[in-house]
Amino acid sequence: MYQYDNYDHQMLRDRIAQYRDQTQRYLDGKLSEAEFLPLRLQNGLYIQRLAPMLRIAVPYGMLSSRQLRKLAYIANHYDKGYGHFTTRQNIQFNWPALEDLPDLLTELAEVEMHAIQTSGNCIRNTTTDQFAGVAVDELEDSRGYCEIIRQWSTFHPEFAYLPRKFKIAVCGTKVDQAATQLHDIGIYLVSNTAGETGFRILAGGGLGRTPIIGKEIFDFVEKKHLLTALEAILRVYNREGRRDNKYKARIKILVKETGVDAFKQKVNHEWEDLKASGLQLTDEEITRCQSFFTDPDYQTLDNEPDTLKQQLSENLMFASWHEQNVNPHKIDGYAIVTVCFKSTGVAPGDVTDIQLNALADLSDKYSFGEARVTHDQNVVLADVPQEDLFSLWQELQSAAMSSQNLGLLTDLICCPGGDFCALANAKSIPIAESIQRKFSSVEAQKEIGKLSLNISGCMNACGHHHVGNIGILGVDKKGDEFYQVSLGGSSSKEASLGKIIGPAFAEEEIPAVIETIVDVYKNNRQENELFIDTFQRMGIAPFKEKVYAKAD
Amino acid sequence: MQKLIKDGTIANDSWTIIKTATGPEIFQAAPGKAFIVPLQLWKDFREEIEEYNGSIAVWLDSNESINKIGAGLQSLPLIALNFPAFSDGRSYSNARELRLAHNYKGEIRAIGDVLRDQVFFMSRCGFSSFQLREDQDADACLMALNDFSDAYQLSAAEPLPLFRRR
Repeated sequence: MYQYDNYDHQMLRDRIAQYRDQTQRYLDGKLSEAEFLPLRLQNGLYIQRLAPMLRIAVPYGMLSSRQLRKLAYIANHYDKGYGHFTTRQNIQFNWPALEDLPDLLTELAEVEMHAIQTSGNCIRNTTTDQFAGVAVDELEDSRGYCEIIRQWSTFHPEFAYLPRKFKIAVCGTKVDQAATQLHDIGIYLVSNTAGETGFRILAGGGLGRTPIIGKEIFDFVEKKHLLTALEAILRVYNREGRRDNKYKARIKILVKETGVDAFKQKVNHEWEDLKASGLQLTDEEITRCQSFFTDPDYQTLDNEPDTLKQQLSENLMFASWHEQNVNPHKIDGYAIVTVCFKSTGVAPGDVTDIQLNALADLSDKYSFGEARVTHDQNVVLADVPQEDLFSLWQELQSAAMSSQNLGLLTDLICCPGGDFCALANAKSIPIAESIQRKFSSVEAQKEIGKLSLNISGCMNACGHHHVGNIGILGVDKKGDEFYQVSLGGSSSKEASLGKIIGPAFAEEEIPAVIETIVDVYKNNRQENELFIDTFQRMGIAPFKEKVYAKAD
Repeated sequence: MQKLIKDGTIANDSWTIIKTATGPEIFQAAPGKAFIVPLQLWKDFREEIEEYNGSIAVWLDSNESINKIGAGLQSLPLIALNFPAFSDGRSYSNARELRLAHNYKGEIRAIGDVLRDQVFFMSRCGFSSFQLREDQDADACLMALNDFSDAYQLSAAEPLPLFRRR
């Protein structure tokens, strides 16, 4: 994991001192609401429906056990005992008081954490695939590059007042679990014909009111030019992105309105000026940042040890969890475990102080003291010896974190919705709950297979409904809450946006509608087709027909 | 009276900004003074400006491109960049471009909605003087120029980003 040096620590202390002064001036009435707003947002503090909401950055999802314990402490002391993992690998707390924030930030700084640029019109937390560094088919570990981007974007003086928020994702794994193409900038590690590793860079992807898949700006950028290329894109956006309408202010609209080719030209023009500058990366810096993400002290172990085989054959529950939640690891004898604690009646992403402490203990005991937050609001223990899987599973069971629905229908993504969020048109958590109740049997879910279901309470799309195989969007119809259903979305490397099936449904209709959609798939699937495959083969018509068929 | 910070101290301001003007009459009527004029006026009345015995500088609004200045950029003693609202970040890019791409060495002045909580970033982008909004405390703004002891990025004053100095 990255370790702060004196420079990092000092700048973090400087920011806390600056923010403490800004908060005091606001409380004293010397700083207006409008002038304080971007300052607190760029320190992660929203004012929400019920209370302030603080979003803490988890750079590319990596957490040490020490940091997990600190988050548990914060949940306990500043919140009501729980936090919420977000779809961008961060964690947020819903109740800290505005005047307590400088002290809270001081505590976070002790474990090299902060809330810098987790909100506001600036460059946000850089995210990546949760299997980075341990995946079987990885080109190169993305995390060193994420850290390079994190430092470049932190307090970047030119890009603190962009037209709108700006999100970057980096992916070096074969299977893209980072929704890379749906980011303002999406970066894939690729190799060129000469066998050198570099970057394919997309821009202009995003969800929200106008969902768009990112367009390729550079097919191959040399490593040393990662930051010069990013800075060129950001400069064009900062200058030319629309500032007259916040709904048209994201870079995706600029790329669309300018045209990809014209946009590329502008970026290349800026890039020419930047290429020779000091921003060009040095081999030393790349090596330095990568050195924080080297392999832990792996032991020489056998794949599929006999003890594991025996445990799998003796315990069906364990076998079921293993089948769903354990992924292959690049090192023999190790496994990647995804801890899933989404369960009926609990908002996806919600995590208690007890669970945070348990995760800290389990990561110390089984996974070299580190854990990772995923884009699907789960937590990964990336380096678990296969011979320890059974005892890990037993401990997860007693901590209520052994849900075995990973990747299945009830492992859904859901925003906080109208119960918490001031922007929402409709509630989303009760909708999630009603679906989870309808499909409570894991066996039935396994029979359905991999299926992503994403729910957003409004057009801002925090629940990523556009890219769910099934997407649900809360809409307001003359004061009543209705839900629009779309099908066929995907955030994988073959990213696609869902198509709306037809008129919206009332809240109580939703579980039956989802069941009908799933039945159409089950009745029509061929061989090993997943839901998304069947949908792509048949199109939306057969689903639509059944869902809107008049009752006999 | 708006206060001015220049080169790290509170300074007297010898320049007068002409906010909107269609012709050269204002400076022609005041010989030997110093005026900051809109870019378009500077482009339209080059001869009159040549003949004027005082000093003329230009200001650009946040939506105006540095490239519009064209020939004569390097001879300008001062270029002012406007912040119509403190949350409009375009002038940051213009200042960086002046310093880094054009290697402009003259004074770059922040005008408009210039506030204490943004002057640090402005100075990192290459602004060397700040005409503060009327209600701002100049001493506090001066201190804010030192809010951070270092930065990850390169700047006009520090051509090496932190990763080249670590």
